[in-house]
Amino acid sequence: MSIYAYLVAGYLVLIGSYGIVRSRHMVHAVVSLSVAQAGTYVLLLAVGYQNGATAPVFGSTTKPSTDVVDPVVQAMALTDIVVSATVTALLLALAVQVNKRHGTVDPDELAALKG
Amino acid sequence: MHQTAELLLPALVAAPILSACLLVAAGPFLPRRVVDSVAIATAVVVTTGAALLLVATGSGRRVSWSGGWQPVHRVSVGIPFVADPVAAGLALLIAALTTCSLVYAWHYFDKTESHLHALILFFLAGMEGLVLTGDLFDMVVFFELIGAAGYALTGIKVEDESAVEGALNFGIVNSLGAYLSLAGLVVLYARVGKLDLPGLGEALSHKPPDALVVASFVLIATGFLVKAAVVPFHFWLPDAYASAPAPVCALFSGVMVELGVYGVLRLFCVVYGETLPQADVRRALLVLGVATAVLGALMCFGQRHLKRLLAFSTIAHVGVVMVAAAMLTADGVGAAGLYVLGHAGAVSALFLITGLLLNRYGSSDELELFGRGREERAMLVLFVAATLSLAGLPPFGTALGLSVAVHATVTAGYPWIPALLVLVSSVTAGAVLRSGARVFLGLGAPPEQSRPSTDETTGEEQRDTRLLHRTPTTMPAAVVVLVLGSLAVGVLPHAGGLVAHAAERFIDGTGYSAQALSSAPPTPLHPHPEATWSPLGAGLGVLSALLALGFAAMGLWPDRLRLLLRPMQAGMKPVRALHTGHVGDYVAWLFAGVAALAALVGLPLL
Repeated sequence: MSIYAYLVAGYLVLIGSYGIVRSRHMVHAVVSLSVAQAGTYVLLLAVGYQNGATAPVFGSTTKPSTDVVDPVVQAMALTDIVVSATVTALLLALAVQVNKRHGTVDPDELAALKG
Repeated sequence: MHQTAELLLPALVAAPILSACLLVAAGPFLPRRVVDSVAIATAVVVTTGAALLLVATGSGRRVSWSGGWQPVHRVSVGIPFVADPVAAGLALLIAALTTCSLVYAWHYFDKTESHLHALILFFLAGMEGLVLTGDLFDMVVFFELIGAAGYALTGIKVEDESAVEGALNFGIVNSLGAYLSLAGLVVLYARVGKLDLPGLGEALSHKPPDALVVASFVLIATGFLVKAAVVPFHFWLPDAYASAPAPVCALFSGVMVELGVYGVLRLFCVVYGETLPQADVRRALLVLGVATAVLGALMCFGQRHLKRLLAFSTIAHVGVVMVAAAMLTADGVGAAGLYVLGHAGAVSALFLITGLLLNRYGSSDELELFGRGREERAMLVLFVAATLSLAGLPPFGTALGLSVAVHATVTAGYPWIPALLVLVSSVTAGAVLRSGARVFLGLGAPPEQSRPSTDETTGEEQRDTRLLHRTPTTMPAAVVVLVLGSLAVGVLPHAGGLVAHAAERFIDGTGYSAQALSSAPPTPLHPHPEATWSPLGAGLGVLSALLALGFAAMGLWPDRLRLLLRPMQAGMKPVRALHTGHVGDYVAWLFAGVAALAALVGLPLL
């Protein structure tokens, strides 16, 4: 696999994190977090990829001797997606609640916790 | 017996998850007392199981490969659970603290329904899984389970404005840490093609540490350091603690944060111990630990919100644990273990007392509560006992930890560390004593009226329950058990020696891999005569308690010591201003921390 997939993965993690740092809206921050996590999906798939290999499902068309891509990283990516869905939903719910309590979702204007 | 111990490993994780699912499904139809009883019964069963497991690990590690996928010729494809005495001991501590918190919560929450209990049980399952698993990916998954349950528990008072803000900050920073850990372990998987800790350790042993190996260590460790609230990854912690319910804070502070340190140490000892130079990692952990201890202690002294004060005290004490553990020797890690055991009881008890104050008097603010606890004699006694334990006064468990840590750090060539440890424990305990003297005795100058300050957090907080007119007996009972637990660690004979043996097993990464992969017999243990009270260590503990009294007096009568306090306060102002409550700032600090850690571990290898 070419180097580009790894560069894209690194770029997504960094740009997502930069999105949180510069965020003016909590929903934007939570989505930025998902972007950063998308970087880990790309990294996982890039690690398991092989040129010319097929999906890791053996059957009548795929003999056990054929090259397949690594199924372990795919299982990890699936777990990762499940975790991400849970955490994103929870954080978005909290963002809604922040809006109800503070009347704003701009991190610059939230001031309940200082010092 | 042999088989039973192995069956216990997955059962300790599965039992609370099953029980939590039952409570989520059937909870709305059950009366409140049934929900309470089911949750407490589950926690008691897990505690008993963990105690049995701890006994079983006395004769060596217990390994269970899920689905019976045993390694063949030292090659593994399965996913193991591995319990050594440190893992089993932490499992017992986690379950026992959860039981205390649930007993305390018996009368605590009025409105909340069964989902609180379900969340605490999921939280329990995640922590048990993190300490018992022998697989790196599972560690990160359990880490996320702890996180997800923790964010929800922090924000459970959805009507409280600081609770939801704190939970959101906690969630974003910790999730980002977990994703960096995941990225790190994928890099490591790409390098060696394994995920189980024993297999990873064997694959990496005696390999030169190249850039990829260093990068994977730094990224995986970042996730655990975020959970451990090590400076500069700590910003989320005071925000999360400020409004989380008291029994949840007790769990967070007593054990969850310490699990971050456990994660880093397990990672280094088993996986990277034979490839990264020990001196570099020791220096890195020591630098981070000292920064954490000092900043936590200084920030702690300036707080007026009781839970936030205890949150910074937790940060300081995690720094102490980290400094002792950074020696990476059996007595260093043993000292850290003793300290964690002693500290868990003390700080959890203090959080629970704060929760009682909030529900009796409707505030967590030291100045608003001024003199209002004068009637609470029993609570005062418990508060003072827990604070003295925090200060490290013999014979509490924390003092035994300090005593062994003094020996460990001096023999490792750091004679200045004992002085630092004494200062940190005395400053934090002094701050807690000051707040207690104000609340329970009404000592010091009465607070001036109406001094609303916008750059600090005051103790305005929504009650966890309706106003309590009297204290239900279950609440102080839980506090008494915790204080006695902290005392027991120091008083029980051989506690130091047993923990030193556990630590010796813990740092033996080669033995861990050998026993998990080829059922090799455990290596014989050495006696540790130094792991007990020493006159110097005990004397330093007494000194720390005396200094704590002095610091408390300084806080109570600031006018008489103006010359001394003014420059300190002025110096702390910019540091306090860094704690902005802004999640973007926290993420920026997180990346600064990653860069610092990479520099500390990576640069000496160039």
